[in-house]
Amino acid sequence: MNCVRFMSNIRGAPDMRGLILGLLVAFALPVLGEVQTNQLEDPELRERYQKLTRELRCPTCQNENVAESGAPVANDIRRHVHRMLEEGKTDEQIIEFMVERFGEFVRYRPEMSARTYVLWYGPFVAIGVGVLVVIILASRARRRRQGVDDAALSKEEQEKVERWLRE
Amino acid sequence: MRRALLFLPLILVVALGFVLYEGLGKDPSKLESARIGKPLPEFSLPLLMEDETRVSEEALHGEVVLLNVWATWCVSCRQEHPYLNKLSREGVNLIGLNYKDERGLALNWLSDLGDPYAFNIYDPEGVLGFDLGVYGTPETFLIDADGIVRHRHVGVINERVWENELRPLYEQYSGGT
Repeated sequence: MNCVRFMSNIRGAPDMRGLILGLLVAFALPVLGEVQTNQLEDPELRERYQKLTRELRCPTCQNENVAESGAPVANDIRRHVHRMLEEGKTDEQIIEFMVERFGEFVRYRPEMSARTYVLWYGPFVAIGVGVLVVIILASRARRRRQGVDDAALSKEEQEKVERWLRE
Repeated sequence: MRRALLFLPLILVVALGFVLYEGLGKDPSKLESARIGKPLPEFSLPLLMEDETRVSEEALHGEVVLLNVWATWCVSCRQEHPYLNKLSREGVNLIGLNYKDERGLALNWLSDLGDPYAFNIYDPEGVLGFDLGVYGTPETFLIDADGIVRHRHVGVINERVWENELRPLYEQYSGGT
């Protein structure tokens, strides 16, 4: 939209318009290098494609997801995701298909299994333990403080002590 | 008992240290293959040398082999090639998987640099490569006599890799069957 308005503003300079159009097309070209998601006609499928390719990790460039990576393998993975979506496969089936080939590594979101419980619950357990330690330490400190107060003599005891001292 | 509890943080830190130290020497770009312990994926692809002859995973049954994934566009493959020639001369079973390549270029490569392979599977689309989880050439899979993938090496094979990593496994699986 903005772009269109911008273009009409410089209608007076047709050469410029051609140049800008050319530049826009040139900069848009790298996008075509990725699998054309627009080929998926169903908007729901398109959305799932976006989500899946972002959740899959590129095995070659390890800190990139498949949606952003330019590696040939990432391109292959995108193609297969595209194909499987059109075939009506579920997200789980598609992820499983990739894990079978590239290992757990391709998941940015590790599966919930006995092997990964530590990964998923570890931080909460650690926080829990930490909170517990703080509570124990705090209550112990409070008890000690109370202990000191207990050590202070009551009025009667004070009198008793003074009487003994006098004797 | 109380006093022993005081050492708990120290023990935990030392344990964590060991775990992290383990990870230090590892190359994170080398992934363990998801195929280990599983049979080769099914495929039907032509041979590089004879387009009309198609082979399947059964062509790799019967003997322990190294399945070497290579391509002419792969710079490290050129570096690796002389060592593969040497292994072949020593009687190691090598089968090539020519990956996402052009037949003409691949044939030239073999006639120029020597052909260490018993045969080459021609996979221009990278179909079998994808099923094997190939993510960077060269990669080499150790396949036992039953066609089970036993090991994968990512990267160039040289003297050190062969002697330390592949040879022990190659001999172990050859001796066992």
